[in-house]
Amino acid sequence: MDGMRVALMVTCVNDVMFPDTGRAVVELLTRLGVEVDFPQVQTCCGQPMVNTGYLDEALPAVRTFVSAFEGYDAVVTPSGSCAASARHQHRMVAERADDPGLVGAVTELGPKVHELSVFLVDVLGVTDVGASFPRRVTYHPTCHSLRLLGVGDRPRRLLEAVRGLTLVDLPGAEECCGFGGTFAMKNADVSVAMGADKARHVRETDAEVLVAGDNSCLLHIGGVLSRQRSGVRVMHLAEILASTEGA
Amino acid sequence: MNAAFVGMPAFPVAAREALADTQLRHNLGRATHTIRDKRARVVGEMPEWEELRQAGADIKDAALLRLDVHLARLEESLTARGAVVHWARDAAEACRIVADVTLAHGAAEVVKVKSMVTQEIGLNEALAAEGISAWETDLAELIVQLGDDLPSHILVPAIHRNRAEIREIFRTRMAASGRPAPENLTDDPGELANAARLHLREKFLRARVGVSGANFAVAETGTLVVVESEGNGRMCLTLPEVLVSVVGIEKVVPSWTDLDVLLRLLPRSSTGERMNPYTSMWHGVTPGDGPQEVHVVLLDNGRTRALADRVGRQALRCIRCSACLNVCPVYERVGGHAYGSVYPGPIGAILNPLLHGVGGDTQTDSLPYASTLCGACYEVCPVKIDIPSVLVDLRAQVVDAHRDRRAPHAEAVAMRAAGWIFGDARRLARAERVSGRIRRWWARLARLPGPGRRWTTARDLPTPPRESFRAWWSRTHR
Repeated sequence: MDGMRVALMVTCVNDVMFPDTGRAVVELLTRLGVEVDFPQVQTCCGQPMVNTGYLDEALPAVRTFVSAFEGYDAVVTPSGSCAASARHQHRMVAERADDPGLVGAVTELGPKVHELSVFLVDVLGVTDVGASFPRRVTYHPTCHSLRLLGVGDRPRRLLEAVRGLTLVDLPGAEECCGFGGTFAMKNADVSVAMGADKARHVRETDAEVLVAGDNSCLLHIGGVLSRQRSGVRVMHLAEILASTEGA
Repeated sequence: MNAAFVGMPAFPVAAREALADTQLRHNLGRATHTIRDKRARVVGEMPEWEELRQAGADIKDAALLRLDVHLARLEESLTARGAVVHWARDAAEACRIVADVTLAHGAAEVVKVKSMVTQEIGLNEALAAEGISAWETDLAELIVQLGDDLPSHILVPAIHRNRAEIREIFRTRMAASGRPAPENLTDDPGELANAARLHLREKFLRARVGVSGANFAVAETGTLVVVESEGNGRMCLTLPEVLVSVVGIEKVVPSWTDLDVLLRLLPRSSTGERMNPYTSMWHGVTPGDGPQEVHVVLLDNGRTRALADRVGRQALRCIRCSACLNVCPVYERVGGHAYGSVYPGPIGAILNPLLHGVGGDTQTDSLPYASTLCGACYEVCPVKIDIPSVLVDLRAQVVDAHRDRRAPHAEAVAMRAAGWIFGDARRLARAERVSGRIRRWWARLARLPGPGRRWTTARDLPTPPRESFRAWWSRTHR
């Protein structure tokens, strides 16, 4: 790990709406002895535009992404979806722009972008991060972490090592929550129908906290749970892993 | 007669109506989960499943890469075996050919094997216009036809109906087109199947013309393959004097050995069975056995358009198993009718725009957006069609098709603005400061105005933080 230059890609959603998640990542990595940098020129991975079909509009974001993270050995991000976007979508945007320099840059950068749980387990080689969180928790594996990145059971292993935490299985865990980026607005009715079923499963577990690796999905599920006055909190994985005894 | 998918509203509108149908939600939820679990069990038995999927994808890709050669070979083999080969550019040409063959024999009815392609071209309606009755003989297609309904699933077109509804359809509608349902018919599945069997039997024995599609067409031998579960297909393929098969040009595979892989992938993916119950294979005419006049209509109807699409052409690998429908969280909740096509679900969301082209009508243009891009469809596809990637590419095609509009859509303006803000972190930081300032006002707002209403109608929004992450970092990391 010595001498490795690590950058935090906080993501636009976390930057604007959930800064606590970004702060938790910094706190957690610092505790694990990793010096993490936040390149201030970063903005967004471009996924909201790409997934809505606006590839030209995503180009400035992809260029910004490259200039922010070029030169780092590893980029860590508290979002499976944004990591997948950097790994799988940037090339498509660069190719369309017919910019060989950009294609080369994103091809080199993509594999260095790691979702948080993958970075902890595979790059740092830790599953016990010294966290304490005495609550009943259930975990929703977000689709892009699960299917595009293949994070597998890494988040579960990290959660199982947290002191005092009781992890309960979420029924139908691998089914999409219905967020889907602009799908949540374009097909709001279907999105809410899916979110309502996810919320029902969360409530069936009797958990106090729903945890996931993507705040965008939690914005949606949490929005439904909150509207139902369900009394279930949603939290990002990073925030649980950053929690320590007495903190 | 079947109704047809015409003048369907865009997906979000149709989906909204479907979501309100509680009986449909219940029927679909049960049915999709049952098939989904069954598939997962039988696929789980095969340690070589991933290799088999790759082999299936490779076989279909290789066939599509040299489609012209294989089709010419198929025509040659079929002709040598006594079949008459016809080529149809579109639905109208294909329907004309089938009608002409039927009329040439003075027949006023045909019996049909379950087939997606004849639904696609609207054959039943076209034949009806010529005074020919086309009888569906697959149980679920019969239910749809008798109910004057539309199919809502590729494999189980009456998935949206439960057995109580089916009993009602049989009781009230069978008599109008043949043998009536038995007196005192209950909703016991055995009794319902028997009622269909008796009703269909007289049609099988009477009909002089059979109509089918084909799951596969083997170029080297001119063999057509039909895969079905009820045996009705075999009746239609063997009893009539004349057989007309409509075959999409993407159904061709070079050789018999290719069938080995595809016939192992298909049943496990579609019905969740290890082996298919009725697999019929025939090539041309066998003197003294089965139909003595065999026609094969090779149909394009948008397939060459799809083949020209660099990303989308992989959709032509599809073997119509419907595994993607059964795992799709969107399909599970809205059913097939909302997609406005005989090809619903994730595969329909890409196939329809690929066959018809985008930018022409709002219904087709809405289909690539009928997905959360969760990727469950790609995971189960037996020929590895990367449906999420094709969806994203088609979304870009939809956006590009509308780029030169004089008055751009609000969404296009918003996306352009987002692109501009994300092009420079200083612009984003300014936007964040504004959001931090209006947070108190925002917090009091339980319902957002304008398009934001689509979020807050059923979901709360958290209050924006006092300070963005960026601002916190600048403040603490000097």
